[in-house]
Amino acid sequence: MSDYGAIVQKLRDSFGTRKTRPAEFRISQLNSIVKLLRENEGAIVEALERDLRKPKFETMISEISMAINEANYAINHLASWMKPEHVEKSLVMKFDECFIRKEPLGVVLIIGAWNYPVQLVLVPLIGAIAAGNCAVVKPSELSDSTSSLLTELLPKYLDQSCFSVVCGGAKETTELLEQRFDHIFYTGGVSVARSVMRAASCHLTPVTLELGGKSPALVEGSCDVTATARRLVWARFFNAGQSCVAPDYVLCSPETRRLLLPALRDCITQLYGTEPRESRDFGRIINQRHFERIRDLLSNSQGRVEIGGETEEGERYIAPTVLVDVSESDPVMQEEIFGPVLPILTVESLEEAINFINRREKPLALYLYTGDSKVVTKVMECTSSGGFCSNDGLVHMTVITLPFGGVGSSGVGRYHGRFSFDTFSHQRSCVLRGFGLEWANQLRYPPYSEQKLERLLQATQERKWSCTLL
Amino acid sequence: MLPSPSSPSPARWFRTLRRTKSTEQSSKLSLSVCTELLRKSREALASGRTLREEFRLSQLEALVRMLVENEDEFVDVLHKDLHKPRFETVLSELILVKNEALFAVNNLKKWMNPEYVARSLVTSLDECFVVSEPLGVVLIIGSWSSPVQLNLVPLVGAVAAGNCVILKPSEISSHTTELLQRLIPSYLDTECYHVISGGPSDLTDLLELKFDHIFYTGSRATGQQVMQAAARSLTPVTLVLGGKNPCYVDRECDVGIAAQRIAWARFHNAGQSDVAPDFVLCHTDVQARLILALRSCLLQFYGPEPRHSASFGRLVNAELFTHVRDLVLASGKVAVGGEMDEAEKYIAPTVLTDVLESDPAMQQEIRGPVLPIMTVYSADEAINYIRRKEKPLCLYVFSSDRKVISNMMTCTSSGSFCANDSVLQSMMVVLPFGGVGASGMGSYHGRCSFNTFSHRKSCVLRNTRVECVTYLRYPPYEDRSLSLMMWASSLSRRSQAWCQIL
Repeated sequence: MSDYGAIVQKLRDSFGTRKTRPAEFRISQLNSIVKLLRENEGAIVEALERDLRKPKFETMISEISMAINEANYAINHLASWMKPEHVEKSLVMKFDECFIRKEPLGVVLIIGAWNYPVQLVLVPLIGAIAAGNCAVVKPSELSDSTSSLLTELLPKYLDQSCFSVVCGGAKETTELLEQRFDHIFYTGGVSVARSVMRAASCHLTPVTLELGGKSPALVEGSCDVTATARRLVWARFFNAGQSCVAPDYVLCSPETRRLLLPALRDCITQLYGTEPRESRDFGRIINQRHFERIRDLLSNSQGRVEIGGETEEGERYIAPTVLVDVSESDPVMQEEIFGPVLPILTVESLEEAINFINRREKPLALYLYTGDSKVVTKVMECTSSGGFCSNDGLVHMTVITLPFGGVGSSGVGRYHGRFSFDTFSHQRSCVLRGFGLEWANQLRYPPYSEQKLERLLQATQERKWSCTLL
Repeated sequence: MLPSPSSPSPARWFRTLRRTKSTEQSSKLSLSVCTELLRKSREALASGRTLREEFRLSQLEALVRMLVENEDEFVDVLHKDLHKPRFETVLSELILVKNEALFAVNNLKKWMNPEYVARSLVTSLDECFVVSEPLGVVLIIGSWSSPVQLNLVPLVGAVAAGNCVILKPSEISSHTTELLQRLIPSYLDTECYHVISGGPSDLTDLLELKFDHIFYTGSRATGQQVMQAAARSLTPVTLVLGGKNPCYVDRECDVGIAAQRIAWARFHNAGQSDVAPDFVLCHTDVQARLILALRSCLLQFYGPEPRHSASFGRLVNAELFTHVRDLVLASGKVAVGGEMDEAEKYIAPTVLTDVLESDPAMQQEIRGPVLPIMTVYSADEAINYIRRKEKPLCLYVFSSDRKVISNMMTCTSSGSFCANDSVLQSMMVVLPFGGVGASGMGSYHGRCSFNTFSHRKSCVLRNTRVECVTYLRYPPYEDRSLSLMMWASSLSRRSQAWCQIL
């Protein structure tokens, strides 16, 4: 048996002892995660600084604080989530108990990503723990300082018989995927996602795939240009543009563009200074490969650099950049940018913008900046996306009561808050009857007769606008 | 002879195809026909009509009318396919679908409304809600054992959720499939909903196309094939897969009543059911009594010659007959029944005893009117046996001891569970129905169907007039702002609420 086989078997054996079932165990593990984050704040900030030159502020709010909130939310609500859900019974089932039990799936696999390496590993893990599972966690090898730190810390804080960390790259992941899991949670790109789902199909393992894509930002004429620019700049250049839900490109009319560009320029200066390279608040690209990829997108683009455009290879620095005169066929519009580059495409009308969006794959997020609530309704209803946010960026994924996930090629499944718990649970329908009232059952037994059928139909038919009897 | 491209109705295409085909049982599905239907469906979807509540209601009501107005035809084709008695057709096929459709009609407005969620401090001036959207064009592949229910119940969910649908009933229940192909275009919108038929090799071709969801009921092996194909385009799937549903009969139990309920579940539709108990694990103390009770039940249900009973079905085809017959001949001992007639595809309601774990009847899904009984010495032994196997779609226990029931429920896992009866939990519109592990993924029935075929989109509507707390989040970052934000977030633990400021 391979190493991975032994790891998974160990977790399965632990799961079999039922130690992850009691709420006290789950809460203790969730508390340990909170402790891990609080006690190692400095080390985590440092690791993210090494991997992405992520500013401490960003690490605190988008990694540490977010994970702590999820853990606390789960602790606070666990009792109610774990309770069986009783359902509305029909008259015929009046003396029976009918409910839905929430049961753990077993041993789950969580594959993290490198852009938010703490959050994208711990938030799913929190859901898996809350739901009573054992888990194998595989952080991304690209964010290696953070991943090494997690590999060192997680076993110190969590029960090692129930939770394991595995490191490695593509080869190790492929090997790991040969094992049988009860759920696979993957955050990352489309092509690896296909291999994950294919591998999962061999064992009929359900998957949650949090992917990305090109999230459009429609900037409509009636918007508050200054506020829009500030929120757009913040959302696009946070984490140096390396967010799966960052606005990837802007669609606006030529007139709006004329007003937007100076506002964008001002905001970039306000937020990052005249030399963003010297700002402590602006990050760097994760590695050489991605740096070159984004730099090539810039140089091959048929558009024009209106703002920024500077790059520095040694530091993997790409300035906050705005491109204009970009067409649909431009290289920069063919893949998710995942960097601090914001192309602006012009359209003549809202309809054209909506058609443009609907011609493409469903994105993970769709943003709309407008002062007109009718426009909000129209865009929201005429397009489909994982999530939708008007007049801001990124924030919809921080509302813990909202499910977060994609649709179409931006993903399968969802999580955050209660939805993480549900993702890692099986909702098992249960009906408990007694032996009494067998006379009522006689109607359903053979030998069949028309009279029995009539009487049963009277008892069991749903009627329009009236009560359910079965 | 290819169908003319300007032909408005798929039904006409198929009639044309049928006239020119050979004596094969069902028309071969051509990839080009499917591609065209998919294109048509996408166009219909883009027209936006399925988004409207009135449209969806009208389609659901039309479906109900279809079942009511053609009841006799449905009874007839199900009798031809499975020798299904009228009683079973009406109750377990037609009424079930009608109930689902009416439940959807009664609740559609509520389901289509946005669901507002509790907001954080920062979003307290915003609107935060989840809205359900159709996924697009969905593929529903129904199984043959209850061909009306297994095709039309998912269809109800897909229609209610605003999707366009390509429905592929099984070629094995060929008469029912032909009826659906003929009737559906006469009742439902012919641009949005299409019925196709074909054999296993056609499925491979069909799965090459891109759908927005695939709903499959059937065998594990094909379920894997479906998921593997879906992986290419990252299409979400719902798989409801068959397997062996265990049924434990405890020593503390009303054996007479247990026997009646088990026999009803196992032998209706001549045992061809995904949800019936597949085998019994019986406590040694009660085995003898259980067998006697089963024998007496079966006599009461089907008479001394079940073959002459109008209440008993037949196996759907020769292949299945052979499969079940071979299982019986190679496993244990026949305690009740055992008679067979190949020409009629008839197998009597049969109970097997002295069955070993290694017997074929305990290794493979039976799918016929045969109930093997294996003895165990305790409930714990039954639990251990069940846990050694794949998670089943349904799990049953008969006991008057609440502790035994509770133990069985908490120490095992299954799609669904029922104590002291069976099958019912799969018929209730308010309970989700689906598998877990090898018995499948996803669920449906009632609201669950609507959710399965919807994308629940999270929406946050902000305005730009008030930049109240968010100003803290912008660079240049200051430690002071950070402290403020972290302090507000930490309120969450103490106040039992939560707060994320961004």
